Amino acid sequence: MQILQLKETVAFMSYRKIAMIFSTLLMIASLASLAINKLNFGLDFTGGTLIEVGFEQAADLKKLRQVMTDNGFNDAKVQFYGSSRDVVIRLGLREGVKAEMLGNEVLAILESGSGQKVDMRRIEFVGASVGDELAEQGGLAMLTALICILIYVAFRFEWRFAVGSVVALFHDVLLTLGLFSIFQLEFDLTVLAAILAVIGYSLNDTIVVSDRIRENFRKIRDVLPEDIINISLTQTLSRTVITSITTLLVLAALFFRGGELIHGFATALLFGVFVGTYSSIYVASLVALALGVSREDLMPEVIDIEGADQEQMMP
Amino acid sequence: MLNKSPLWKTLMVAFIVAFGALYATPNLYGEDPAVQVSGLRGVEANVATLDTIKANLTDNNIDFSSIILEKGQVLARFKNTEDQLKARDVLDDKLGKKYSVALNLTPATPDWLALIGGTPMKLGLDLSGGVSFLMEVNMKEAINKAKVGMVGDFRGDLRNEKIRYRSVKEDGNAIVVKFRKVEDLEKGHSLLKKRYRDLLLRTDEDTLTLTAQMSDQKLKEIREYALQQNITIIRNRVNELGVAEPLVQRQGKKHIVIELPGVQDTAKAKEILNATATIEFRLVDTENDLNAALNGRIPASSILLREKDGRPVLLKKRIMLTGDHITDATSGFDEYSRPQVNISLDSAGGSKMSNGTKSNIGKPMATVFIEYKPTGKRDVEGNIIFEKVQEVISVATIQSRLGKSFRITGAGSQTEAHNLALLLRAGALIAPISIVEERTVGPTLGAENVQLGFQAILMGFGLVFIFMIVYYRAFGVVANLALGANLVLIIGVMSLIPGATLTLPGMAGIVLTVGMAVDANVLIFERIREEIREGKSIQQAIHQGYDAAFSTIIDANITTLIAALILFAIGTGPVKGFAVTLSIGILTSMFTSVVGTRVVVNAIWGGKSLKKLSI
Repeated sequence: MQILQLKETVAFMSYRKIAMIFSTLLMIASLASLAINKLNFGLDFTGGTLIEVGFEQAADLKKLRQVMTDNGFNDAKVQFYGSSRDVVIRLGLREGVKAEMLGNEVLAILESGSGQKVDMRRIEFVGASVGDELAEQGGLAMLTALICILIYVAFRFEWRFAVGSVVALFHDVLLTLGLFSIFQLEFDLTVLAAILAVIGYSLNDTIVVSDRIRENFRKIRDVLPEDIINISLTQTLSRTVITSITTLLVLAALFFRGGELIHGFATALLFGVFVGTYSSIYVASLVALALGVSREDLMPEVIDIEGADQEQMMP
Repeated sequence: MLNKSPLWKTLMVAFIVAFGALYATPNLYGEDPAVQVSGLRGVEANVATLDTIKANLTDNNIDFSSIILEKGQVLARFKNTEDQLKARDVLDDKLGKKYSVALNLTPATPDWLALIGGTPMKLGLDLSGGVSFLMEVNMKEAINKAKVGMVGDFRGDLRNEKIRYRSVKEDGNAIVVKFRKVEDLEKGHSLLKKRYRDLLLRTDEDTLTLTAQMSDQKLKEIREYALQQNITIIRNRVNELGVAEPLVQRQGKKHIVIELPGVQDTAKAKEILNATATIEFRLVDTENDLNAALNGRIPASSILLREKDGRPVLLKKRIMLTGDHITDATSGFDEYSRPQVNISLDSAGGSKMSNGTKSNIGKPMATVFIEYKPTGKRDVEGNIIFEKVQEVISVATIQSRLGKSFRITGAGSQTEAHNLALLLRAGALIAPISIVEERTVGPTLGAENVQLGFQAILMGFGLVFIFMIVYYRAFGVVANLALGANLVLIIGVMSLIPGATLTLPGMAGIVLTVGMAVDANVLIFERIREEIREGKSIQQAIHQGYDAAFSTIIDANITTLIAALILFAIGTGPVKGFAVTLSIGILTSMFTSVVGTRVVVNAIWGGKSLKKLSI
């Protein structure tokens, strides 16, 4: 079976102006939303207490809110979690109270207030300093990842590709963050992990394309760089699409079957893989092209050792 | 172009997959309910304990399927939870306070598998249920205490050498000594320089001051010590909680992670973690009669305490020295190779000890360990009521007038000397700790998470499976074989690595790997199709396809691995679990999808002259 049977080379690069405007607009929108709406940071980052409880019958949120307010928890956010029998209660950080004891206290209040047997499913308490540290560490991790990758790609390919792939990664991360900001989806630790996985995936895609561009620059003579890129993108298009499909398939399984706890994780990855596929076609190669990548830059410095000894090395 | 794999390569692939499958099998067996008995505070379970337990179980007609003594713990397995619970109650009652009796689930791995090191994967708390705490050591306080101690030490040293000074004060991160004369400043400088090599000293002759700054090395040592000491204390306390397989581990520079699987009553755990401990030295009361005291006639100036084996000791009420003067305690050997404990005190402690012992040479001195344990009850204001538990941990004869550093011999075996040193350090809590993070997962949510994770893995696997067969036909089947082998290898490796824990995000990592692992095969297969389209012969196309895709696959995977490793380095708890499965998955998938499929493809299609390929 074949999904894409392309006889002709697709002139991807002739749409580059539209792609550039499209990407720039999305990036500006993301930045604007991040500046105005900020991210809806989860408990991991803000600190506070979260209590997830299960009721035997559908819970009455209004009544629960009233019970919480009556007991002095005015800031309690009471919400359904996945189903109408699961309820999550979030409390902010408070001073002067032994915060780590709050969870058990709330549990007791709910039990007496709702008149139902309450099943403790999860209690999480995060102190203020931990959250700050985490946010710092998370940002640092993303930066380190980007720099390490930049160095590796520059070492293996060429600096124009390295810049191209890092711009693409930045693009993907920014848009994913933008999505979480615009829709005010909760940004917790698993989402951060998902974004690092998006970096990994998007890079995977970009590398495959760059690899082919390099190969074609070496193989095909007397063709404009723009056309080389078009040829390479066309050749790798069906692989790009198929890998995206298999990855999106498993992510859909996670999204629909993985449960509420990794919903955010699956959302970030689903969107990230989608954007990552687009960016490996348009952003990375476009940047490399704009920086003036040429045949001379990609010719091997000595003899092509890589190809020469593979006969023996390879299975 | 023949596309034949050498025999060794085929065998290697078969061997590695079989090896992975072998170590993945323990996960197929369930778990046995068990009871775990471990000694508390230096007591180790031994053969005698084993016999007592056996006798108690038989006396109460409780069937056990096996009972073993291992690493100072006794583990008894039962056929059902009913027997397990009965056994726990009986043993808890009979063994007394010296042992902790905990319920446990031990893997029912068959003996032959256990013999070659086969164990099932460890489940994270989000899957097994339980509570994890993150405790933070107050490093500011640790350094403060060290500084206060040093101010005292400086004063004592200068006074002993008869060097006159105006004042010794702490100032920010430094200690400032003011002198009256330049000669005193110089003498003081050379004295302190000799004694404290890890301090940076600066003198100013105009203002007659000497500034001592702690070197970064010294500050690091203080922090390190505070952390290690707290870990030791917490380990001791957690052991008393009676939790099977608790985990106490440092995390980063000032945090300690405590994981208590299966614990639901977090209130009790928290109270115990928050308890405090201290040490006191007292003289043994040799003037009054112990027997009279045992009969209730305790002299007003004395108290009656017991050693850990229950022997009573009559002590003077007056405290010779409290534990907060202890700066360090280590175990070692004396000149006759007898185990001993070396104790260092701060200078105030040194002079107290010196005064207290000078007229008591030859008399016995007792070390008392005091712990404030929560009783679980609260007073009218809602505060937890603590019970003061006192225990004599050593009695030793004072050989000479003691000073800033002295040693205790006669503490028993080397293990006991080591434990005493630990307790002495534990008693001198230098840095307070507090709970900064808590995560409790109930048993129902844990079980639900396992189920959801498995469903997602199966569904993801199934979807990719079908897609690959529809799209690549026979080659798709080969890719699916590789995918299956990859899953087995991930589980095998996860079971084999002792520190690897499966968490819910870890399961998500496996799902993601399933989706991304086929990428390598997609790259290869697409390339083969391309080569065929270009008119190459089938065998040449297969060869070229694998060759050309190889460096791309390596590059693409290494970069993803970089991201995964960074995630591993900074991630904690569940996120680390994701990084672990992702990293393992990347490595195993490279092997199965490049080397593995090549062997299979060569075996099926290699060496024949083919006109068409089912791809």
